Amino acid sequence: MAKLALREIEGRSRGYWTLFGAVTALIAAGLVAAWQMETEGHIITGMNNQIVWGAPHVFAVFLIVAASGALNVASIASVFGERYYKPLAPLSGWLAIALLIGGLAVLSLDLGRPERLIVAMTHYNFKSVFAWNMFLYTGFFAVVALYLWTLLDRAGFGYVKPAGLATFVWRLVLTTGTGSIFGFLIAREAYASAVLAPTFVALSFSYGLAVYLVALITVCAGSGRALGEAVLGRLARLLGWFIVAALYFVMVLHLTNLYVAKQTGVERFLLLEGGVYTSAFWIGQVGLGSALPLVLVWHPGLRTSRAAVLAAALLVILGGLAQMYVTIIGAQAYPLDLFPGFDIRSSFYDGVINPYAPSLPEVLLGVSGLAIAAWVTLIGVKFLRLVPESASEEALAAQAGSGA
Amino acid sequence: MLVDTTRCTNGCTACVDACRGENGLPAATWPTDPQWIRKVELREKKTGRAHSLPMMCQHCAHPPCVDVCPTGASFKRADGIVLVDRHTCIGCRYCMMACPYKARSFVHENLTGQKPDVPRGKGSVEACTLCVHRIDRGAQPACVEACGTAGFAALVFGDLNDPSSEIARRVRERATSQVRADLRLDTAVRYQGL
Repeated sequence: MAKLALREIEGRSRGYWTLFGAVTALIAAGLVAAWQMETEGHIITGMNNQIVWGAPHVFAVFLIVAASGALNVASIASVFGERYYKPLAPLSGWLAIALLIGGLAVLSLDLGRPERLIVAMTHYNFKSVFAWNMFLYTGFFAVVALYLWTLLDRAGFGYVKPAGLATFVWRLVLTTGTGSIFGFLIAREAYASAVLAPTFVALSFSYGLAVYLVALITVCAGSGRALGEAVLGRLARLLGWFIVAALYFVMVLHLTNLYVAKQTGVERFLLLEGGVYTSAFWIGQVGLGSALPLVLVWHPGLRTSRAAVLAAALLVILGGLAQMYVTIIGAQAYPLDLFPGFDIRSSFYDGVINPYAPSLPEVLLGVSGLAIAAWVTLIGVKFLRLVPESASEEALAAQAGSGA
Repeated sequence: MLVDTTRCTNGCTACVDACRGENGLPAATWPTDPQWIRKVELREKKTGRAHSLPMMCQHCAHPPCVDVCPTGASFKRADGIVLVDRHTCIGCRYCMMACPYKARSFVHENLTGQKPDVPRGKGSVEACTLCVHRIDRGAQPACVEACGTAGFAALVFGDLNDPSSEIARRVRERATSQVRADLRLDTAVRYQGL
């Protein structure tokens, strides 16, 4: 069989424009929210001097972690030489860029002084993990763009392997850097753990593949392209293993914290007594975000069903957002232990669990990050050859066999 | 700065009030209001022994806020005072996440009635400056002065590196402790009587 062609989608259907209109509206709402936050200040958010990172960070960090993981399929194709996945790789690369744009947009617009972004690009403190990440993020765009070129332009075909390898290494370093933003924080008991960096890498695998599956299923369904049951089944099974890997690291993180006597308080809070955070962990992250998708992707009768895999992927995304809520906000809700062995109280809310209720503007800003990622993806699949004409088992297997 | 907690009285907020007046800060009404210094009431869980003391930026020799600041807006002066450059702070609040003392505040809203000596800015982070504008002209920080005026003299400010200074002498004569000494940040604020 001949080489499997990649093709743009027509992008003229009512469904395409409805989706495009919806995400554009969400982006507009997010921009209005950001403008309000800029003019009136963070006073209109639920954030305060106790919960300093709120809902926007939940979405932004999720998107940045997912950006790295979206490259899973590309890495499998180009680094591990699985030619079967090669036609599925360009969408993987494009999604990575789209998700990172979404995440960084939210992160930037949530700054107290977003207009000073240029300062962040011209003044660097190289001891700061944040500053490293600025290089990791911009470098990620460059490396993935180069990789996409090797996938899409005949002139670049010969460089696919090294470009794929560079991208693979970069994405691992990037997610390690994102995890280290939290892992190096000695002040907060829920953080200050070296395990956070590999945990974020594991999370990126499952979040990214989940987002990829949502995009692939949506594009194939919307453009009437075949998506083989076996293809779906393989990716779904892989998602299952990534969920297990993520759960393993999360378990190790909590168990090691429980082992350290001074950190049992925060673990007790997050796992047992934390109210919304405990619910977000057990119901959101573990139940809906891990256990239920595992059933869906590992049940032999379900994992080849588009609806079941789509549901599993969406649940992983929901669970990921729940996880970020626990990791980012739960950790701040638990009070700092300034004087171990003492009960403490003050006008600055020392010693109390800090309440947090996200306001509409900050939620809109966060959601607009997802919308930006979707918007960039919709533009990409309409104007670039990112998706194969057919993702049927036969087409992919024949393409792999043909050496194309 | 030395804090003699045996002289600090529960209920007295002279230092907090002085700081607010000196730096043009609003009353601490909401969780979004800045508090550069606060009174902390402690009770030892095992013994019930109570302490009252002021808590502010500890001006660490190895400040985590300076380490994590991506732009270098958080910085330590040559004399050890930790400050925020309002012109390069982008308001990412990473320093607030990193500070073990919860010493920093974020300016959440538009400001009015600022003091000329203490410029502040919506969207940037701020904290105790040890009244750098006063000490640079040879005066004491407002909190230290107010504590003395109130008759407690629980706060002593000076140069720890000058062996002849009062603070160096008192630190030499009586044991002091650092808050969260386990973190080894080598704080410039020392406490006695804890």
